[in-house]
Amino acid sequence: MSTTVTPPPKKVNRIGLDVVGYKGAKTTLCAGCGHNAISERIIECFYELGVEPWNVAKFSGIGCSSKSPAYFLGLSHGFNAVHGRMPSVATGAMLANRTIMGIGVTGDGDTASIGLGQFMHLLRRNLPFIYIIEDNGVYGLTKGQFSATADVGSKLKTGVINDLPPFDCCALALQCGATFVARSFSGDKRQLQAILKAAIAHNGLSIIDVISPCTTFNDHEGSTKSYSYMKEHDEVLHELDFVPFYDDISVEIPDGEVREVEMHDGSKLRIKKLGRDYNPTSKFEALKVIDEAEKKGEVLTGVLYIDTGKPTFMDLLNMEDAPLATLPEAKVRPPKESLDQVMEELR
Amino acid sequence: MSTTEITPVSPRSGEFQRPVVNDFSIQVATINGSGSQTANSVLMRAIFQMGVPVSGKNMFPSNIQGLPTWFTIRASQHGYIGRKKEVDFLVAMNPETAREDVMKLDGGAAVVYDEPLQLNALRSDLHFYPVPFDKLVGPVCPEAKLRKLVRNMIYDGIVARLLSIDMEEIHKALFKQFGKKKAKAAELNWGACQAGYDYASKNFTKSDPYSIERMNATAGKIIIDGNAAAALGCVFAGVTVVTWYPITPSSSLVESMIGYLKRFRIDKDTGKATYAVVQAEDELSAIGMVLGAGWAGARSVTSTAGPGISLMSEFIGLGYYAEIPAVIFDVQRVGPSTGLPTRTAQGDILSTAVLSHGDTKHPLLFPCSPEECFTMAIEAFDLAEHFQTPVFVMTDLDLGMNNWMADAFEYPTEPIQRGKVLTAADLDRLGGFARYKDLEGDGVGYRTLPGTNHPQAAYFTRGSGHNEKAQYTEREDDYVHNVDRLAHKFESMRSRVPPPVVDQHPKAEIGLVAFGTSHYAVDESRDQLKAEYGIDTSYLRLKAYPFTPELLDFIRRHERVYVVEQNRDAQLLALMRLEYDAEEIAKLRSMRYYGGLPIDARTVTDDIIRQEGK
Repeated sequence: MSTTVTPPPKKVNRIGLDVVGYKGAKTTLCAGCGHNAISERIIECFYELGVEPWNVAKFSGIGCSSKSPAYFLGLSHGFNAVHGRMPSVATGAMLANRTIMGIGVTGDGDTASIGLGQFMHLLRRNLPFIYIIEDNGVYGLTKGQFSATADVGSKLKTGVINDLPPFDCCALALQCGATFVARSFSGDKRQLQAILKAAIAHNGLSIIDVISPCTTFNDHEGSTKSYSYMKEHDEVLHELDFVPFYDDISVEIPDGEVREVEMHDGSKLRIKKLGRDYNPTSKFEALKVIDEAEKKGEVLTGVLYIDTGKPTFMDLLNMEDAPLATLPEAKVRPPKESLDQVMEELR
Repeated sequence: MSTTEITPVSPRSGEFQRPVVNDFSIQVATINGSGSQTANSVLMRAIFQMGVPVSGKNMFPSNIQGLPTWFTIRASQHGYIGRKKEVDFLVAMNPETAREDVMKLDGGAAVVYDEPLQLNALRSDLHFYPVPFDKLVGPVCPEAKLRKLVRNMIYDGIVARLLSIDMEEIHKALFKQFGKKKAKAAELNWGACQAGYDYASKNFTKSDPYSIERMNATAGKIIIDGNAAAALGCVFAGVTVVTWYPITPSSSLVESMIGYLKRFRIDKDTGKATYAVVQAEDELSAIGMVLGAGWAGARSVTSTAGPGISLMSEFIGLGYYAEIPAVIFDVQRVGPSTGLPTRTAQGDILSTAVLSHGDTKHPLLFPCSPEECFTMAIEAFDLAEHFQTPVFVMTDLDLGMNNWMADAFEYPTEPIQRGKVLTAADLDRLGGFARYKDLEGDGVGYRTLPGTNHPQAAYFTRGSGHNEKAQYTEREDDYVHNVDRLAHKFESMRSRVPPPVVDQHPKAEIGLVAFGTSHYAVDESRDQLKAEYGIDTSYLRLKAYPFTPELLDFIRRHERVYVVEQNRDAQLLALMRLEYDAEEIAKLRSMRYYGGLPIDARTVTDDIIRQEGK
């Protein structure tokens, strides 16, 4: 005997895909790892905004964080590069095809130690690209050594205390040319979603440093990248609300309460004041609040900086709008007359 | 005075010196940064325009200004364009090296020198021509600041007079060199040439035996350096992403390419570039970008030298395992760090063939001329995309940075071949694909490009741990299956890489094997071995690794096979040892030169004779 159950109508997004089309393989990271929550947010945001997954390319370096692109956007091409050198691979791919959307996931070891050079140069170029640092202050895959984002005084499970100052990836990003800089916490679902959506809409380089606790090697008493430390020290800068370009909702905005930033595609990022009035278009302000928070032992989260007007790397290179990768032969092989002309000059 | 009617006489013995026409070398010893490059190029081009085969070798220091530089021009009626070991005609402009330069000459050579150096006091068996350069430069160059640069052009006039080089050709070469935009500078330099010519006419009686006479052996030929030729090859191969990090001797390859791209690859309708060039922060980034671009479907290239190749090692392994097309030019030079980065070598052969960690091997192409830099650039892209792997074009400083007489390049006749790439329409038809499945027996799978508008297009790219469907795996059988397929893919390249050029002599016991710029020394050495010792030789010039069957046949056909190369450790021979049986290996002999200068025929001949016990 069988009963016929009518399945409920599938929920789909604006391009007709259900959320399964945005999922990836089953995660192999530890239970409770912050990185899994970030993968979930990526899946939600790309699904909710109706991004075509086959038009996205995912990149990563090496480390626990860098495994995660296998766990989201299974219909997107993915590239697991070498340790610390994802930025160059992503840059090459984006140059080959400027019409695809690029997202990279990296860790604090991958970015702030072995990959610091490539990270800094990626920042200079303002490549249209989403660069997410899953920041837990520790090397997980090699079983718990400090990374270069570990705070002074932070303690390893083995009792070793870190005595070298950390790199602040957001401060570096601000100084070196990124046009969207944000910090978030893997446990803050709402904030991370708004930040990710704004990054998807941004035409330029987005750096998102997400504190993402490592439950196995860095979630204990004495760690400054643990869940409990973040719960106590997460200083939320403002309340964020992302309104996509296709949502035609007009809301009465009370004066002085909300700033609105219009993104490249017409979407809007609404920034609601929390306690202080923060202007995210000033680099100076951003560096100032980061410095103040650090002195107070707080982790400041929110959109620290946004510049929607700076030319991208593609603009500077004056590249064709069509993907270079698939330009026809007639466009990429000059005619015989051109070669003959050069030969004549060399005779 | 007529320079040709004088009977040359040896200064010491008073014996008659036989006239030497179109078969000698001129060496100009100067200081770098003094503008001598222009004077030397003009001299070389003027001889070329007189129809005489010519070559130019610049030996320069790793420095911008103030260190010794030697430029050697060889005129050869026989068409030998390799380096000639002996200098016949010296222009000594550098007080630092003048003494040693003069002492090294063979008796009977000629010396043009700056009068205050008083070089004529050093030896009595040379032909000396003292020139008061400082006195001559004043009247032709009123502006004192420019005198240092113009001064060198005076020796062009002196040499033209002494060697009977037509001044009209000097004029033509000079104005070609400066171009229309710099006509004023050209006029100034022309004045200096004329002053030199007039001085020589009035003051010298020709006593040396050397002269240039018109021939017709350069018609239709061009003068170009290998780096510019490779750059043109890339432009006509349809390159779309170019990355680089400056390094001698490879920088001018990409710099030339940028020039040609700007000229020929800006779309006329849109005004936009059909390419992207990125000067990367280092060679690691340069190769990372090339692999990212190749993965996403671009024809991508980078150019470097040995130190850069070392830095690219890890990424090349990933490129090999992830199976990504890439073209890498290695303009080889002498080893690491400071010392001899401006000297030539063929020293990266072994390390590049197996570059990276784990089991890896890579195809190498060995151009020996500007024409081959051009054609092999195009071949390299086709091979890289066909076999989905990094391909190395192994040139060197001698080929890359020196000016060569070459045949004009032919426009490619074959259309660009993009390899096995599936489109959205293909995927509709096939219903999916397995990225690393060998469907056609050549070890090469089908790939898709990111951005392919199809839900089945995506796959995940990673290192060695993947199965045929590009899924993550650490299984023993999957790994072995994959590396065996990669080995098979390498085997299938043997029938696709350019085959060697073989000149088989029916009676020869001795075979010679060479590649790249060693060719010119070997080519000339064969004539020396025959003329001076009566030894017949066969010759195989290798164009690629992996080796094709012709090489094994060649070894089998000869008693002894000399492998000639420009490195200390017989690197190419080492690669041959890896493949061949004891019987063939026993026939192999090694002839190496590794002093940093381009290898010369005399050195090859002498070493082979020594090894032959004659």
